[in-house]
Amino acid sequence: MDFAFLFQTMKTLLAAVPMTLALFFLSIFFGGLLALLIVWMRVAKNPVVRNFAKGYIFVFRGSPLLIQMFLVFYGLGQFGFIRYSFLWPFLREPFVCAVLSLALCTGGYTAEIFRGGLRAVPAREIEAARSIGMSGFLLVRRIIGPIAFRHALPAYSTEIVMMVKSTALASLVTVWEVTGVAQRLISQTYRTMEVFLCAAAIYLVLNFLILQATALLEHRLSRHRRAAPRLP
Amino acid sequence: MLQDQQIDNATATANRLSVRNIRKSFGELEVLRGISLEAHDGDVISILGSSGSGKSTFLRCINLLEIADEGEIWVDGEQIQMVKKQGKNIPVSSRQVDHIRAELGMVFQSFNLWSHMTILQNLIEGPVHVLKRPRAECIAEAEALLEKVGIAEKRHAYPAHLSGGQQQRAAIARSLAMKPKVMLFDEPTSALDPELVGEVLRVMRSLAEEGMTMLVVTHEMSFARNVSNRVIFMREGQIDSDGAPETMFSDAASPAFRQFIGSFRG
Ligand SMILES: Nc1ncnc2c1ncn2[C@@H]1O[C@H](COP(=O)(O)OP(=O)(O)O)[C@@H](O)[C@H]1O
Ligand SMILES: [Mg+2]
Repeated sequence: MDFAFLFQTMKTLLAAVPMTLALFFLSIFFGGLLALLIVWMRVAKNPVVRNFAKGYIFVFRGSPLLIQMFLVFYGLGQFGFIRYSFLWPFLREPFVCAVLSLALCTGGYTAEIFRGGLRAVPAREIEAARSIGMSGFLLVRRIIGPIAFRHALPAYSTEIVMMVKSTALASLVTVWEVTGVAQRLISQTYRTMEVFLCAAAIYLVLNFLILQATALLEHRLSRHRRAAPRLP
Repeated sequence: MLQDQQIDNATATANRLSVRNIRKSFGELEVLRGISLEAHDGDVISILGSSGSGKSTFLRCINLLEIADEGEIWVDGEQIQMVKKQGKNIPVSSRQVDHIRAELGMVFQSFNLWSHMTILQNLIEGPVHVLKRPRAECIAEAEALLEKVGIAEKRHAYPAHLSGGQQQRAAIARSLAMKPKVMLFDEPTSALDPELVGEVLRVMRSLAEEGMTMLVVTHEMSFARNVSNRVIFMREGQIDSDGAPETMFSDAASPAFRQFIGSFRG
């Protein structure tokens, strides 16, 4: 084993972790906001709005993320109204394209996950809230949202872990995150195994930490479903 | 005619609750067929009737969980504003609906506590977020209410960790925390094991003694007879008979009501 090489590789790859984390956090954040909008449309009474959301979810869950990313990266510039708009300086940045397509995609998946959570909210508990005069946003914020989020959390934590791994695709649109840097190292050194093993180890550690965090959150939010503390 | 109307409205304004000629259909099924009721301050009115006679729908129409197709409702002198749309009532203002619901306490057969909140959180939820009152004050009042219904030691427990009787007492306390003008009970003891019914009825009895205005849909004949000052018997969406318990539970009662009571004695 060439520990000096492994150490050097690790150092180089770790320097790319902030980029991976930036892709991850930004896409989870914007994807989460988008999911809220999509799920709100998905359960709307208006059939046009509802079907738009259905179509959105189908398209972004039904096609490969890599192709979505290529379409955003190579495709947006083809539209004159984008190319000549004030947004173009942003939208031609690979990083922005990667975040955009990651967020668009996770928005579709997360909307479906949140919808599952919504369906699990007992109608009686909503009715109890209405009966004391809650309605609209207050009802969503205090009762429906918190109960739905608790039901959605296990599936949502899986989606978050998937997103950490999906950031690797950004390397294909020339964003220098962990996988991209790993490939560049390989092309310089031809030592595929060692470099990719180091990269895999980094992803495993990231996901381990994320899973710990979501498990802790899940534990804290499910106190009401565990057995009551027994008194001696 | 106009004068009649004015006198009429004057009584509605003086009463805690005034319901005039309520009708409600679900599709073809006519569930409420013209029901009227006046409740004065401190009245405890038991509503009896066999299953499907429309008792739950009646209570739900009063606190606007259902909207009656026709009729008027006044709560503490305030009339709920309705407009007609395709022959059916629609509330004019959703803010008034919320405001009226906040003034009417509702206790459900299945408790319907919020499962993700502790008992104390259940109690302060409405006062803090709907009435927007200071939190510390609400907590102090909630603790006093839990003391009163006898579950103070459960304040940090979750609903799933309580017995049915304790959950229903917590649900009553949650309604009381809103300082309601009228309390509506929809078969509050029907989902309970027989040995837990007594503790809930005791809480309701003490509320009645304190002068709370209450409408109670129940199958507990002892409550109807001994605690309420008025008994209403509903049959097929109408009020079949209505009177003081002494007259209702005597030979003077209507044949249908006597038959209904008979079926209870088994
Ligand atoms: N939301 C609803 N949609 C359709 N039918 C209903 C609805 N709610 C109640 N009903 C019907 O109305 C009738 C009266 O119901 P309900 O008021 O619950 O009676 P009770 O409480 O006296 O048993 C029943 O036949 C019931 O099936
Ligand atoms: Mg009923």
